[in-house]
Amino acid sequence: MADGVVLLDTYFSMFGMRARLALAEKGIDYEYKEENLGDKSPVLLEMNPVHKKIPVLIHNGKPVCESLIIVQYIDEVWKDNSPLLPSDPYQRAQARFWADFVDKKVYDAGRRLWTTKGDELETAKKDIIEALKLLETELGEKPYFGGENFGFVDVALVTYSSWFYAYETCGNFSVEEHCPKLMEWVKRCMEKESVSKSLADPKKVYDFVLFLRKKHGLE
Amino acid sequence: MENNNKENVKLVGFWVSPFVQRVRWALKMKGIKKYEYIEEDIYNKSSLLSEINPVYGKVPVLVHNGKPLSESSIILEYIDHVWNDDFVPPLLPRDPYQRAQARFWAKFADQKVLESAWMVLCSEGEKQERAVKEAIEALEKLEEKLKSGNSVFFGGDTIGYLDLMVGFVSYLYPVWEEAASVKILDALKFPALAAWQSDFLNHELIASEYLPPKAEAVAYFRWRRSELIPVYNRMY
Repeated sequence: MADGVVLLDTYFSMFGMRARLALAEKGIDYEYKEENLGDKSPVLLEMNPVHKKIPVLIHNGKPVCESLIIVQYIDEVWKDNSPLLPSDPYQRAQARFWADFVDKKVYDAGRRLWTTKGDELETAKKDIIEALKLLETELGEKPYFGGENFGFVDVALVTYSSWFYAYETCGNFSVEEHCPKLMEWVKRCMEKESVSKSLADPKKVYDFVLFLRKKHGLE
Repeated sequence: MENNNKENVKLVGFWVSPFVQRVRWALKMKGIKKYEYIEEDIYNKSSLLSEINPVYGKVPVLVHNGKPLSESSIILEYIDHVWNDDFVPPLLPRDPYQRAQARFWAKFADQKVLESAWMVLCSEGEKQERAVKEAIEALEKLEEKLKSGNSVFFGGDTIGYLDLMVGFVSYLYPVWEEAASVKILDALKFPALAAWQSDFLNHELIASEYLPPKAEAVAYFRWRRSELIPVYNRMY
């Protein structure tokens, strides 16, 4: 596959979904390889020896790892259509800041929602709502975080929406109740074909979470 | 060429923060000499800080023409983007694949190298032994990365973004090792990194720039260690 694009990924990963979404936005043909994380392929171990994690984008035989780094790479190489990052340096820095915020604040709290109980669970709920509200404020009245166009922060956050149902059910709360404008934004994003075809089905994500909980003795 | 618009730069920092240090180096590399440095007491945060970094309330914050930016790696990319002409060295590689590599290793430097060394500083006994093992594993990967580049610096023949992001290893590692009374970066085990430490510190841009005074830094981190050992004991 010397000249092509390969993506090593798993269906449920919100990080992998970002790579899928960026490739879809740019209209890039690629080969998708579903990894079994319980039995990692030799390719994965060779292409990401440092972390042994997905997603890994392999372009012309060379690997790029870490989802936001992959999305930036895709944006820089296929720069002539659907730019994801703003060209203005300050706005670009702000986009990077908020994408980084999503990983710092939403991921961790989300994980605690399905791996803890009691007081820890309540704290996780509080934390994720706080993070989502801050993002909602950042969105403001814009149709997308990128402004008129779907952009980098939209890619970074919308993939988490496929995990909202799982978070809500484990944490017994509603994202819509606390962040109605954010949910409107999710629905707007889902109207884009690139988004709807890249995101995992929320019900399937929830079943997967239940499976993980049983596996780790959390049920 | 003096361009007033470009020169209205403020840096809000803390004297011993490795994250702030990166920004100092980046500004130095780009020849930005006329900027206002504001020292923030992070244990007694000012209202300025909560105004310019409402999300995290942390340093560094770069304020350029009145607009604030936080997170050191993001600030460095911004500086590289704005101060970008034939007369200043680039921080990040121009090639997208090389840029992705630099970003990957910068993230690794923070999440694995710095994080594990911090854990060594803030632990003792068995916990510290485990932390040392992890710190060594992280350094092994970094050593391999440096060797694979076949050049003096991570950025090639001269220092670049990754050198600045890994830069804390050159001057802060020895400080933390002394404060925690433990050796992690053994020159015999990590010859490339050991050579890089002195090459980096001796580079004219780095040597002529502020570094936190060593004795004060050791005393500060000894204090942080004593404060944080019980905290981390409870958490981990």
